[in-house]
Amino acid sequence: MLMPLLPLALFPSPLRLGALASLALLAGAAAPPGGDGRDMAIVDRVTWGTTPSSAAALTGHKAADLIDAQLRMPADASLPAAAQAQIDAMEIARTPMAALVVTVDAENRAANALTDPDAKKAARDAYNKHIGALSTEAATRSILRDLYSPAQLREQMTWFWFNQFNVQAAKRDIRAMVGDYEDQAIRPHALGRYRDLLEATLRHPAMLRYLDNDQNAAGHINENYAREIMELHSMGVGSGYTQKDVQELARILTGVGVDLKPDAPKLKPALQPLLVRAGLFEFNPARHDFGDKVFLGHRIKGSGFDEVEQALDLIAASPATAHHVSERLATYFTGDAPPAALVSDMAATFQRSHGDIAAVLRTLFKSRAFDASLGTAFKDPIHYAVSAVRMAYDGRVIVNAGPILNWLNRMGEGLYAHETPDGYPLTSAAWTGPGQLGVRFEIARQIGSSSAGLFKPPVPGATDQPAFPQLQNALYFNSLQHRLSAPTHTALDQAVSPQDWNALFLSSPEFMRR
Amino acid sequence: MIDRRTLLKTAAIAAPLVLAGRAFAAPQAGGARMLVVFLRGAYDAANIIAPTGSDFYATARPTLALKKPDPANPDAALPLDADWSLHPALKDSILPLWQKKQIAFVPFAGTDDMSRSHFETQDTIELGQPISGTRNYQSGFMARLAGAIGTDKPIAFTDQMPLIFRGGSRAIPNVALNGIGKPAIDQRQAKLIEAMYKGQHLGASDLGGSVAQGFSVRDTVYKSISEEMMAANRGAVSPKGFELSARRIGRLMRDQFNLAFVDVGGWDTHVNQGGAQGYLAGRIGELGRGLAGFADEIGPDAWASTVVLVVSEFGRTFRENGDKGTDHGHGSVYWVMGGGVAGGRIVGPQVKIAAETLNQNRDLPVLTDYRALTGGLLARHYGLEARRLQMVFPGTAPVDLKLV
Repeated sequence: MLMPLLPLALFPSPLRLGALASLALLAGAAAPPGGDGRDMAIVDRVTWGTTPSSAAALTGHKAADLIDAQLRMPADASLPAAAQAQIDAMEIARTPMAALVVTVDAENRAANALTDPDAKKAARDAYNKHIGALSTEAATRSILRDLYSPAQLREQMTWFWFNQFNVQAAKRDIRAMVGDYEDQAIRPHALGRYRDLLEATLRHPAMLRYLDNDQNAAGHINENYAREIMELHSMGVGSGYTQKDVQELARILTGVGVDLKPDAPKLKPALQPLLVRAGLFEFNPARHDFGDKVFLGHRIKGSGFDEVEQALDLIAASPATAHHVSERLATYFTGDAPPAALVSDMAATFQRSHGDIAAVLRTLFKSRAFDASLGTAFKDPIHYAVSAVRMAYDGRVIVNAGPILNWLNRMGEGLYAHETPDGYPLTSAAWTGPGQLGVRFEIARQIGSSSAGLFKPPVPGATDQPAFPQLQNALYFNSLQHRLSAPTHTALDQAVSPQDWNALFLSSPEFMRR
Repeated sequence: MIDRRTLLKTAAIAAPLVLAGRAFAAPQAGGARMLVVFLRGAYDAANIIAPTGSDFYATARPTLALKKPDPANPDAALPLDADWSLHPALKDSILPLWQKKQIAFVPFAGTDDMSRSHFETQDTIELGQPISGTRNYQSGFMARLAGAIGTDKPIAFTDQMPLIFRGGSRAIPNVALNGIGKPAIDQRQAKLIEAMYKGQHLGASDLGGSVAQGFSVRDTVYKSISEEMMAANRGAVSPKGFELSARRIGRLMRDQFNLAFVDVGGWDTHVNQGGAQGYLAGRIGELGRGLAGFADEIGPDAWASTVVLVVSEFGRTFRENGDKGTDHGHGSVYWVMGGGVAGGRIVGPQVKIAAETLNQNRDLPVLTDYRALTGGLLARHYGLEARRLQMVFPGTAPVDLKLV
């Protein structure tokens, strides 16, 4: 038997012994695994999808313990060795992002400098292949963490925040930056302080490229990023800031940009001390508008990068931010149209705790609205794909995330692929259209019928490792089947093969919800 | 007096095309149809419907400008009137439509969005909301149009649900014409899945209806389209494959759908875009063949009451840049085609093109707002009164260019 050790890490260490004991019981089929239906539903909501072993690990414990453990889980929680080895072999894991970006930039320039058309095309193809591979590595790493990280809630929140602070990899050279953006700007802060998260995204070259702030300079104002910080990342559209605030924030952000050059820019002596450089991030005072600004009703004296810090303090402390962020979190975790009272409780926690994301989530998870929503939220495509693979293979680590990335693209929620800064929609209406559901059933059939390429190493000439999806598993017999509707039972009873049964189960309305 | 919806229902009962257990009504033979084609990436309109009457045009584009009309030169532009000419790559596709007066061009068209950002301005167009207000990303103008005209046959020929069709009172299907293979879910499985979803709701959405519609649309499209499929190109149908897909859209709109959207990428030409020949010429030739092929496939009856509106997010810089390309600009040229279009005309307000009339000394001004243009077109095409038009383009006064 494959020992599903991983989900035990869902719990803080004192609980692990009990969980191990219950696994032993499960192996003997002496007792049904899992807590009550509510606890099971919470596991399904707080993780990327229940698996037989995560349900088994719940035995004897309350879901409240799981939530506490998940809220405290650090960003460096260890992955199973088979997943970690795949990540360790990646170029993005071995080489710092700044070096990667400089390398691919040099490849791009060299290709463009060629005059022979054939040589130029070959060099450009090589550049595109290289930078594309970096983005694929990042996406693969992200999927492996979603599938197998013990820090399941952190990984969900990493997806949530990436989407809130969306960048699209396809723009300019962001493909070489996007893995680092997710790993270094988002993940460490996903359960931390909102103010830190906001600044980490602001200091990342992927964001500065994506929203053009690297072109925002005194006398050549580009308002793109300034507007989206307030409209999308923090306060929310229509929350009271004005066009004048956008313009003032854009002025505050002048000079905040990206610099690939090894040497600092030449500056007048008076400006030297105001230069800020960290990796590819650069605040160049020579490009900054040093005039005084009035932002959100506060006077900000022209002084350099400190203006940005002051502006971020004001944004993060704004009641509009507390409300907007809470509303988005509540929508993500409870489904469409969360109750206003829940959002206002969360916003109160946000303000009281100075933007402590874990505290806001605790308020959410303790609410009656959260309980009432269990099992009713419609899975978005990534939840659908990841939960299906988790259910089908439990802790057995896939060796090729390519099929999953492809499914996400087909379902219209590809990783790093959303073009606009608003991120993918959080509400179900975007995913329940006739076209979307049709594609989802096709994918259900692929996942249910065979290993679908998930166990075929992504190297030329590789052959599939033997694998078969196990959906009629202990979790199904002990728990899930009792919650299926009569029409779903009737349909499953008409399955003509295990593959057919799998496809129907993964297509069922119950599996679409969490 | 029988209204159109009742007629459709009656038609469905009389001659049902049953697919996946659901009756599917064909659009009315003479019913108003509309296709919106979005050229994503801001096509260089000034080299497609070129102002060859302006001397400044040749000066501003020393290497890119099309040559003035000259019957002896196959690379010269094709005259439309004293001021404007057509790109020679459109000689066999679009010029005949012009001669039949089935296509009109609206120069100096676009939006009041001055961001010169592709996605910002594409959103502006797809949402169709006033630029000064706050954006509702869950309400695209074609979804609102579907509601206003009460059509029950809208479809997006895209792999994602485009913003333009988002929102609306009922789910609108999207089908990628570049990724369709033989459906893996067979009819038996489809029936079982439909049975599981019958009566299932999610908030206001009827999942059961959506599932059934999804299978029938899939089957409809698959039935209409054979195996040979074009390669995917970043979501938008690539111009290379556009001719093929446009013909398929024509057949599908003749038989099944009456309000449709498709996008075509590959128009962001900052570098080496070419003139009479070259990259852009290849794209525009493919687009022209596609649109002419669409008109051909939809057939004379449906074509007579069909409008095709071709839009792009903005025009490009009027002067060529240092890389023999063009950068992000402002005013563009929109196309309006159809069997009943009052075409063969360059329509809407114009200004003499010269250095001093450029917008911000950079690009062409917008003299016809696309909401006003499209609103006016919709008012005539669908007989929409002011109240319904306000649902589609709130806060916009339509401009009647008498295009249909």
